[in-house]
Amino acid sequence: MATFKIKRYNPEKQAEPYYEEFQYDIPPGSTVLDCMNEIKWNLDGSLTFRMSCRSAICGSCAVKVNGHATLACQKQAHTMLKNDTIVLEPLGNMKPLKDLAVDFTPFWDKVNKVTPYLQPQSAPPEKERKQSPAEFRLIDDTSTCIMCGSCYSDCNVLEVDDNFLGPAALAKAQRFVSDSRDSKTLERVKQLSEYGGIWDCTHCAECVERCPKPAEPFYRIKEIMAVALEEGVTDNVGARHAISFVNSVKHSGSLNENKLPVESMGFFNIKGLLELVPVGLRMLLKRKVPPIIHKSIENVQDVRRIFRKLNQ
Amino acid sequence: MIKHDVVIVGSGLAGMRAALETCKGLDVAILTKVYPTRSHSGAAQGGIAASLGSSESDSWEEHLYDTVKGGDFLNDQDAVEEYVKAAPKVIYELEHMGCIFSRTPDGKIAQRAFGGHSKPRACFAADRTGHNILHSLHEQILKQGDSVKIYSEWFMHSLVTEGDLCKGVVVSDLQTGAVEVIQAKAVIFCTGGYGRVCKITSNAFASTADGVIAAFNSGIPLEDAEFVQFHPSGLYRQGILFSEAARAEGGYLINGNGERFMEKYAPSRMELAPRDIVSRAEQSEIDEGRGINGEDYIYLDLRHLGEKKINERLPQIRQLGLDFIGVDCVSEPLPIQPTAHYSMGGIPTDMYGQVVIDDKGTQMKGFFAAGECACVSVHGANRLGTNSLLEAVVFGERAGKSAYEYAQKASFGNINEGQEKARILEAFEDIFQRDGTESYNEIRNEMKEVMTSHCGVFRSADKLKHCIDTLKSLQERYKKGKATDRGKLFNTELYEIIELGNMLKMAEIIATAALNREESRGGHHRTDFPKRDDEKFLKHTLIYPGEDGLDIKYKPVVIGKHKPVERTY
Repeated sequence: MATFKIKRYNPEKQAEPYYEEFQYDIPPGSTVLDCMNEIKWNLDGSLTFRMSCRSAICGSCAVKVNGHATLACQKQAHTMLKNDTIVLEPLGNMKPLKDLAVDFTPFWDKVNKVTPYLQPQSAPPEKERKQSPAEFRLIDDTSTCIMCGSCYSDCNVLEVDDNFLGPAALAKAQRFVSDSRDSKTLERVKQLSEYGGIWDCTHCAECVERCPKPAEPFYRIKEIMAVALEEGVTDNVGARHAISFVNSVKHSGSLNENKLPVESMGFFNIKGLLELVPVGLRMLLKRKVPPIIHKSIENVQDVRRIFRKLNQ
Repeated sequence: MIKHDVVIVGSGLAGMRAALETCKGLDVAILTKVYPTRSHSGAAQGGIAASLGSSESDSWEEHLYDTVKGGDFLNDQDAVEEYVKAAPKVIYELEHMGCIFSRTPDGKIAQRAFGGHSKPRACFAADRTGHNILHSLHEQILKQGDSVKIYSEWFMHSLVTEGDLCKGVVVSDLQTGAVEVIQAKAVIFCTGGYGRVCKITSNAFASTADGVIAAFNSGIPLEDAEFVQFHPSGLYRQGILFSEAARAEGGYLINGNGERFMEKYAPSRMELAPRDIVSRAEQSEIDEGRGINGEDYIYLDLRHLGEKKINERLPQIRQLGLDFIGVDCVSEPLPIQPTAHYSMGGIPTDMYGQVVIDDKGTQMKGFFAAGECACVSVHGANRLGTNSLLEAVVFGERAGKSAYEYAQKASFGNINEGQEKARILEAFEDIFQRDGTESYNEIRNEMKEVMTSHCGVFRSADKLKHCIDTLKSLQERYKKGKATDRGKLFNTELYEIIELGNMLKMAEIIATAALNREESRGGHHRTDFPKRDDEKFLKHTLIYPGEDGLDIKYKPVVIGKHKPVERTY
């Protein structure tokens, strides 16, 4: 017998959420969603969650299973058991409405912000716009996104910064940035390089872990970053940070922590540089200041060889 | 009262395509009980048909003949002609909108072979064609900004009609429980299918007949409801779809003796015969004891395709096998069985999406339908794979155009808002007040069980009579259930109970139409009448709500150039 510990919330009845346990014997082959349905149909009809296709394509049934966003229909229940228990909670970073259903409004609002439609250059030809299989492959992975919100739920940046567009919206953006038929690449990467965009991602790759499809948003974000740098959209803290980071490693084999913040802010960004002063002073007080003279590592030639191999 | 020039119920391919036609200057709303990208069109995998001739010369004439032969000559050939002629244009439009397709080496939209099609005609995006089109149309809807209002997670309860005029819909907000009337000059139903009446089905939980039953409750007949398509490759026990693309790419069907049994049933097309024929072949093998280990499934074997081709062309199928049964189709065959997949029948429309309510073409003014919920009829007695996405887009566009033209000239009808709302609120209250001992879950399971076992691939008078009796007793038991959630907020239990009521009605309509059609044609096979009977049944069935029970009438089939001949493959 397995225990399903489910976070319940119904503001019509009680302001605070609470956990309720259900005992249910998982039949072989059952998915987590199958169990949720059986609990609803046989034990408590008021248990509320979303679901529809139960074949991992509609994106309705994402919930937190044992603390991580998971598409409930996609996981065999017995594989999720921990001490004979499965903990179900609503997705994070969105407001719960009732039990496991959350308010997706901010999620969709952010998708809307990335101009989520093709902006071709010319009037359409009589037949299709040609696109090579290689060009198709650039946008194939991102097109598998089912907008389930798993990445948004577990994104570590969104937890502290509501303004971040989030992994799903940025993956959607890559679908157009890298589409050979779209004409607004430069405008798009400029917009995506602003506050709340690609450079606010902290590279934790949690979204890759949570994504139930090959969309894997962090890799898509990295692809947009590469396009932004190629297009010369470097006049922002994020891009300067990336360039400074790479240059430092390339030349010395390690990170020059004195140069990095200054180069990231930009030499002429007086306001930004002044913002660094208190941080620097605190570091000084705590004796965390890196050595003034930055030395190269011993085998720096090897590092440079790697860069040459990568054509950098 | 909420007011929109046009309200579209359903947000799959047909609904969103219709919205793009109607929003040009009109105030348009899409209402969906899920969210647009969650619509079941997204589950379509294999492709969308059009005679583009990307890799092999093709013509609309061949597409027409394949479709009519596939439909066992019950298709209305005038509509089929318009439909297949329109196909290339609508595919190119989708591509221009940004839809992502797999490509040929020279950059054209890639096409693959498909069941019953004599040419490689299925334009595809790996095995996610419906998903890609759905998301592209959603992008186009977002592009329209405020001119298309989306009501996500709203349920449509009933049509507001008076005589032959449609004036709006009564709806409720799932999240708050608020009941509203939407007054509209034109209503378009794109509410999809109703495969959920069966136990083994590929359909989503949302495919529950709400639209067709709302139309039926307004006195509108349902056409050809007996024709339900069983897809040959549903995952054993679950019914989840493994695309026909698996067979189009070269997959084999294998019985318990290790034989490619299709040789006996369709030697020229083998695994790529139309779905009705393949599903019957599978069921025959199973019924005659040649399932795998004598059980009720057979194998879909892809091993010989190799990992590279599977990853490139059928990645989703591989993942589904891994996730749902832990089988990697690269090294093991997939256990499958026929699964209820598509409804050829539905709300009768003309070829412009206008709903027509009898054999004389009488119009229900202001009411349009497109996609799976409609019956034009372009599919006749059996639909070919990849023709349904095409249907949704072609007739979504056409219904949208018709509604646009109609709504520009029409005015809003008078609606007694209080009365319409009260009817639904009373229905809610009735469900909340029931204090019976019956379990809705058991009723639902029994309905699904009897529909799969008695109204499935093989039918007979005895089976169907038993099926109808069971359904009638379930309808009675339904009135004696008991709800546990009586709240207003996001009460999904309430909506599941309402959906079950709709499905019990729909199941009876399907079984009644099936009992009445004493012949075998396309997806409808009677073991007691195993031959097609053109003399008696080359006609469409229309089921009306009657004084006591269901009334059965007919409508002639539009035969064109292709006279019915024996259907062999």
